[in-house]
Formats: sequence, C-alpha cells, structure tokens
Amino acid sequence: MKSMYKITLQLQRCARDITNMSQQAVNGISHRGRVLTLDSMNPNVKRVEYAVRGPIVQRAVQIEKELKEGVKKPFTEVIKANIGDAHAMGQKPITFFRQVLALCSYPALLEDSKFPEDVKKRAQRILEACGGHSIGAYSTSQGIECIRQDVARYIEKRDGGIPSNPDNIYLSTGASDAIVTILKLLVCGEGRDRTGVMISIPQYPLYSAALADLGAVQINYYLDEDNCWSLNIAELRRALNAAREHCNPRVLCIINPGNPTGQVQSRQCIEDVIRFAKEEHLFLMADEVYQDNVYAEGCQFHSFKKVLFEMGPEYSNTVEMASFHSTSKCYMGECGFRGGYMEVINLDPEVKAQLIKLVSVRLCPPVPGQALLDLVVNPPQPDEPSYATFMTERTAVLSTLAEKARLTEQIFNTVPGITCNPVQGAMYTFPCITLPQKAIDKAKELGLVPDMFYCMRLLEEDGICLVPGSGFGQREGTYHFRMTILPPTDKLKVVLQKIREFHLRFTQEFS
Amino acid sequence: LNKKYPDVFFQGVKKPFKSVIDVSSGDPHKAGMPPISFIRQVMAVCLYPELLKEKSLPLDVRQRAQKLLDMCSGGSVGSYSTTSIGLPEVQKSISEFITRRDGGVLSHPEDIILTIGSQKGLSVFLNLLTSGEGKTQTGVLTPMPCPHTLPMLLDMTGLALVPYRLFEEQGWAVNLDELHRALEAGRVHCEPKAIYISNPGNPTGYVQDRETIEKVIRFAATNCLIILAEEVHQGSVYGQDKEFISYKKVLSEMGKTYAETMELVSFHSISTAYIGECGLRGGYMEVVNIDPAVKKCLNFTPSAPVLPQLALELSLNPPRPEDSSYNSYTQVRGLSYALEFLNRVEGMSCQPSMAGPFLYPRVHLPPHMVEEAKRLGVKADVLYCQRLLEEEGICVGAGCENGQEDKNYHIRHRYLLIDNKINQFHRSFCEAMLTG
Repeated sequence: MKSMYKITLQLQRCARDITNMSQQAVNGISHRGRVLTLDSMNPNVKRVEYAVRGPIVQRAVQIEKELKEGVKKPFTEVIKANIGDAHAMGQKPITFFRQVLALCSYPALLEDSKFPEDVKKRAQRILEACGGHSIGAYSTSQGIECIRQDVARYIEKRDGGIPSNPDNIYLSTGASDAIVTILKLLVCGEGRDRTGVMISIPQYPLYSAALADLGAVQINYYLDEDNCWSLNIAELRRALNAAREHCNPRVLCIINPGNPTGQVQSRQCIEDVIRFAKEEHLFLMADEVYQDNVYAEGCQFHSFKKVLFEMGPEYSNTVEMASFHSTSKCYMGECGFRGGYMEVINLDPEVKAQLIKLVSVRLCPPVPGQALLDLVVNPPQPDEPSYATFMTERTAVLSTLAEKARLTEQIFNTVPGITCNPVQGAMYTFPCITLPQKAIDKAKELGLVPDMFYCMRLLEEDGICLVPGSGFGQREGTYHFRMTILPPTDKLKVVLQKIREFHLRFTQEFS
Repeated sequence: LNKKYPDVFFQGVKKPFKSVIDVSSGDPHKAGMPPISFIRQVMAVCLYPELLKEKSLPLDVRQRAQKLLDMCSGGSVGSYSTTSIGLPEVQKSISEFITRRDGGVLSHPEDIILTIGSQKGLSVFLNLLTSGEGKTQTGVLTPMPCPHTLPMLLDMTGLALVPYRLFEEQGWAVNLDELHRALEAGRVHCEPKAIYISNPGNPTGYVQDRETIEKVIRFAATNCLIILAEEVHQGSVYGQDKEFISYKKVLSEMGKTYAETMELVSFHSISTAYIGECGLRGGYMEVVNIDPAVKKCLNFTPSAPVLPQLALELSLNPPRPEDSSYNSYTQVRGLSYALEFLNRVEGMSCQPSMAGPFLYPRVHLPPHMVEEAKRLGVKADVLYCQRLLEEEGICVGAGCENGQEDKNYHIRHRYLLIDNKINQFHRSFCEAMLTG
C-alpha cells in the first residue's frame, strides 16, 4: 500500500510539472508557484520554535490592539510577564551609562557643563577608540580592542586575579550571537557522528532553536525540581550515555544562574561539572548573563572560569570552554542595545582562526552595544563623581528584584496546586502547576498542550501573558509556566493575586 | 587585510608615514566624514531623555526624540523591540518611505523586517534558501565583482556561488547573454534558485537603467530565480542623467502576472555613503511575494538593536532644513577630482562611478610584480595592496576580495574623503604607483 501511495504522489507531481511546463510555454514565463516554499526551503529552519515570542505573545499583541480599538475586556491592559525585558516593565536605565552614550552619540555635548567629568572622560576614551572618532564607524569584527582589554580586566578582577587575555574575548551582538557562533563551529558530522549538544531541561529556548537551525542533536538532561532545580551528575551521565547510541556528544551547555529556573549553582556543583566535562571530553558553554542577579541567602555566583583555574593546571590547561555575558540583564537591563561578549578558553589556535573568519562575515557587533559593555565592565570608581548615584541606582534595582523574588515564591506557595521553588537568581519563576485531568482532556480536544491551554485562558481572562512550561521543556506529565519578576512591585502583587484567583477558578471549573 | 596590519603600527615601529589611512571599506566616518548632526542629536536625547528639557538643543530635535521614545516599550531604547522583526511604527514609517519613493506603489508594514545591517539581513534570508548538497545544492547567481564579504557569506551558509561577470567595458553593466551563460554553467553543478543584484553596484557604482532591470526580472522569472536586490546605495546617485529606480517599482509596472508572482527581496541599510552609520548596524529588508508560511519563519530573526531602527527612521524622514546639499556637494567634488587623478596615472584606469562610496580602478601591474606575487604565494592584487600599506600607510581593498578572478587586477577604495585629505592621499598614492 505504501509504495502505491508513493507512486501516486510521484505521478501527481509529474502531472503538476507537466501542467506548469505547458503554462510556461503559453505565458512565456514560469507559472511555477513559488521558488521558495516550505518544501523547498531549508528544512532545519522549519523546525525552529521560540516560545518566548511564540503564539501566546502573538495573541497578547492582538488583544492589545483590540483594547486600543475599544473592545471591552475584563482588564484594561495586557501585562507582558513573558519576556525578560526590564525596561519594558518600567525599570529605569543607569544614569551614568546613558549619559556617556549620549555624549558618544553627539560629542558636542562634551562642552556641556551639566555632565560630570567622569562621564566626559569615559566618552572621550570610547570615541578615541572608534574609527574616525565616531560610533558610526565599523569596528574590527572581534570588537574594539580597548574595550576587549577592559572586559579582560573586569574578568580578572571578578575572578580574583586569574589572567584573562583580550585576544580570547569576542564582543558580540548580545550573548545569543556568540552562543550561536560557537555552536556553528562545534556542530558537524553526519548520522551517528552528528554533534550532540547537552542542554538542561528546562532550558532557555534560544538553545533548542539554534540546535534545530543547525541540525544538531539535542541531548536533554533534567534538572532536579525536588531539589531546587539542581544539576545532578548522575543525570548528566545518564543522558550522555543514552545519547552516545545515536550521536556524537561534544558540547555541554549550562546556564548559571539558570533560565527559566533561577537556580544558582554551588561551587561544588560547578567543580563536578568541570570534572565531568574533562572525563567525557566535552566542550563547556557557560551562559552567565545573569551573574549579578543572585538573591537567595547562601547563594553566590561562581564563574566557571574561576573554578576551572582553581582546580589546577590539569583542568585549566585542557578543558575547552566558552563563557558568555551580556548587557541585557543584571542591573542594566539594556536588551535593546544587543551588547555582549564571550571569553574562550583553551580553544585550538586553528579553530580560533576559523572563529575570526566566522565573526568577520557579519562585519562587526553594534558599536553602541560595545560602548555600553565597556561602561558595564568599567563602572564609576569610588573616587569618581558619578559613583554615589551609580551605586544607589544599582543597589536599588538588585534589591528590588530580590524582594520581588521572595514575594513571588511566597505568594505562589500559598496557592493549592501551585508549587514554587525559591527564585535564587535570574529574573524568572518557573512554578509547577497541577492541572485537573478534565482540563488536560479539554486541552487535548482543542489540540493544545495543557499548559498552553492554561496560559491562553489566563491571557483571555486576566490579560496576563506568561510562557507555558512546554516552551522550555519539562518532565513528561508535569506542567509549568514561566513568569518574569520584572513588573513593578505593586503591579507584581496584583499579578500574583490574579494568578492565584485564576488558578482556583480554573481548578474549580475542571474539577 | 586591514585586520592584521593595524596591530603592527601600534607597536611604535618606525614607518615613512604617521597613520594608516584605511579606505578599503565603504565607511565614511572612519575617513573623517562627520555624522549628520540632526540624527546624532535626536539619538543623544533618546539615549538620555533628561535632554528633552535641554533648551540648547533645537526644538524639532527634542520633539522627534519624544515621538521615537513613544515607539519604544517602557519609553526606553534599552528594551527589546515589541516584535522580533522590529518596532511596528518604524516598519510603518519604512513602508511609507518606500511607497513615496516608488511613486505610490504600495508597500506593507508587515513585509518589512528590521535587520542588524543588510549583511545580516541577507544572511538570515539566505539561510531560509539553503538546502541540498552536491548537485542539489542551492546556488545563487552572484555578480563579479561583488561586495567583498559576499563570497564568504554564501560559503558559510552552504550556498553555491554562481558567478556572472559584469562588463567593465560597458561601465560594469549587467549583460543578459552573460546571465544565461552563467546560469547554464551553474546548473551543471548546483541548483540555482536566486540571483543577487547590487544596484547601485558595490563596488562598481554602476546604476542599472529601467531596461536592464526589466530584462533581469524577465530572466529571473523565466528561470525560477528569486531576486535578492541589495539597494543600499540608492541614496547616493550622482552620475550625470542617472536615476535610481527600485526593482520593486519596475516590477510593479510589468503587469499583474509578474507583479503578483515574482519573488523579490530588497535590502537597505544606514551604512550608506550619505548617512554612514555603519557601526550602528541597522537596516531593513522588504519581502515581496514571499510565501506566507516561509515568511513566518522570519519571525525567528535575531532581534535588531533599537537605536539603529530609530536612526533609520530619521534617515528616511529627514527634516527639510537639514537636507545636506553641502554633503552631496563635497561628495561630487571629491569624486570627480579623484576620478580625474586616477585616470591620469600611468597604469591605472577607472570607469566613472555613478553611485555609492567606492571607486574600482583597474591597475595594470608590471610583470615583475606578478612574478613576485607568484613566488610569495599571494594574489598579485593582494601583494600590491600590501606594498601600498607598508610603504604609504594606505589601506585599500584587493579586487580578488570582490571576486575578481581574472588577470585584470583591480583595487577597491572609498573616494569619500574630506578635501584636505584627498590631496595627501592621491599624491602619495600616485607616487607610490609611479615608483611601484
């Protein structure tokens, strides 16, 4: 039967081609349908999904339009707690950064006495490093040299003096750009030899999207929800061994602090991971964009590089690693600038040459983002005029986030059917929701994944936009959602309250 | 080339020149062209909104900045674009610009995708196109010479480069017979699915006339090719009696069958000769007649930075009093002077450039140079450029980077230099070649 079906398809295709050809003869041009269709396009791109901006967000945007047009709803605004965008939620930019950038944009303002001296000095230094003293000139593909030097110094200071070489620093268009670049270098092979990349479940969907686009094999390792989303070496080993049956595992990705789970890895855990990577000959990718977002008592950010070097030359001379940072999170929240960098450790020199080639194709990272990064790694010092304001602003942002993290965990845990792990760091909460069987059935009826169904209902009834846990990955049979803790505290309290009420209503409805 | 050498100079090594003049890329700011004040002032206010109250800044600057900030989430240029394909108001503004430019041919905001520069935009679209291997590998007809980053981009995206020669004797025109020849040759080893057009040409500066554009469209339609039209230098056309016409406009006037079926993507950016904001990394692509299901895949485009979207908006809607006739005057003056000089030098000939930032002269290299190059294992035009850099501190681009494969050696350099620099540059440049 199957072969008959195939032949039928082929005949149909031939018939179509013949029809097209005769039409072509008639028209003199090809009535081809399109050159670029789902069938003819890059098959990998078709498989790409990115839940953070996926269907639920599209519906949210639609609802916003409807509200604007005066359609009556049980709410007056859509609260977009789906994306980690601090400024969109009202967080204020750091004054010092914006002042320097304004001067870089329009240097005539250097004459303006309203700007402090340290702001002017920084701006002048950045402009001098730019071609033609303008942020509008291309920079070298690897990024402006003096900025890479500043990044290296920042890393050294952060890591207690462990040397960092500016040649190993690559500025990028947000951390995402650098992550995809490294993956491009690492993914190769065919069939059973195809590169496998280990990523945590739940994970930030940039990774799964990039792996789909590159046609790499995604190897899932599960974080332990019962233990505050901690990483378990036994689980890593299980995942790796299973994967070896069908691919060539070469990369291990860690997000620390975690997205969406917010867990901050202990030092011991990081050592164990490094040891594992060395034993199993894996390239480590350490996504550390939330390194300043650590809230929980007893938690501390340990950079992978620092731990690596403290484990001695046996590790620090051999383990290959790339760590990533950006200007989009922490206390800056400057997502719209697309600033970031990666530091590569123990990268083969020939591979490095290929890396330089790869980054040169996209010319250079946006210069304003590079300038901003320079300020982030080189903030006002205690003896400088802008220091006091800077520290006040920075502390305010981070302490507010810490407070919201606590509040979120506290309130969600009072809701029967919602369990929430402590938000140790980053900007999100990923609570587990218990869904009544009837709701699960209803979702299946509608062709929706159960947590998508839940989130869609929340959006329609309360105007709150979250991302269903299925977009990040979760253990079979469990359901979650990811909510950012970014709305201003008062609004967040309202949101938490509304979700609480919704959950109770929803559970009641499907009981 | 310029990536390796500048490092050497920072080490205090003695050279017969004080600093490197890099004219190998179309980067006006690097050469000293000042940015457009209005754009930079508005950007400064958007970056630091306290300046909205700054009376020393013109009122229209502050008003425009407020309008732009209102387009951003949370009123900040630091938030992500509301959609990954860009700020909706900027999409709308661009579509209105295109409609105006094309004399009323409608452009739709949802067909506009904001990019991180035209190169990145092209890369994203090419990634949709790429498929197959060996004989089924997707091919792209590519002009020779072409922008110097294009061959590498095609290679990295897994696409086959199918070269079609531009005719230097005709001012670097596109030749239909050559297109046919190239396509036939291409079909032997790959599956050509697209034709890349650079109009105005990069690096040649050639501006295609309506007749040429129509012929190319017909050729593409008959042969099932998508047109990728890079039209970045549309705003700097200065050749006598030359006018930029967009591929889309010509397409719209070729009748319903073409206008509603021909797949076309056009690229533009702020890295132009006029605006020159290359470092900001901003641009857009307009997709015409692209399959809606395929278009949806473009939603996964990496998000473009906000500041260049705003700069783009400003550049497409400039305020009247700021029309820089001064700038274009300087450009024209610079160009004809440079052209004259180049054509007077023994061993150099240069086709008049009609648009864009580059001059692309042919250099007749002495046989001893060609032999030396062979001995050293480098291409002769690369050796020439290396010598020029070492001896005069001037960095130009070698024609082979633009795909020039034959024995007709060329160099690529930007002519856009401010007045006093031109004298300096050309004197040493031409001296170098006479002694070369």
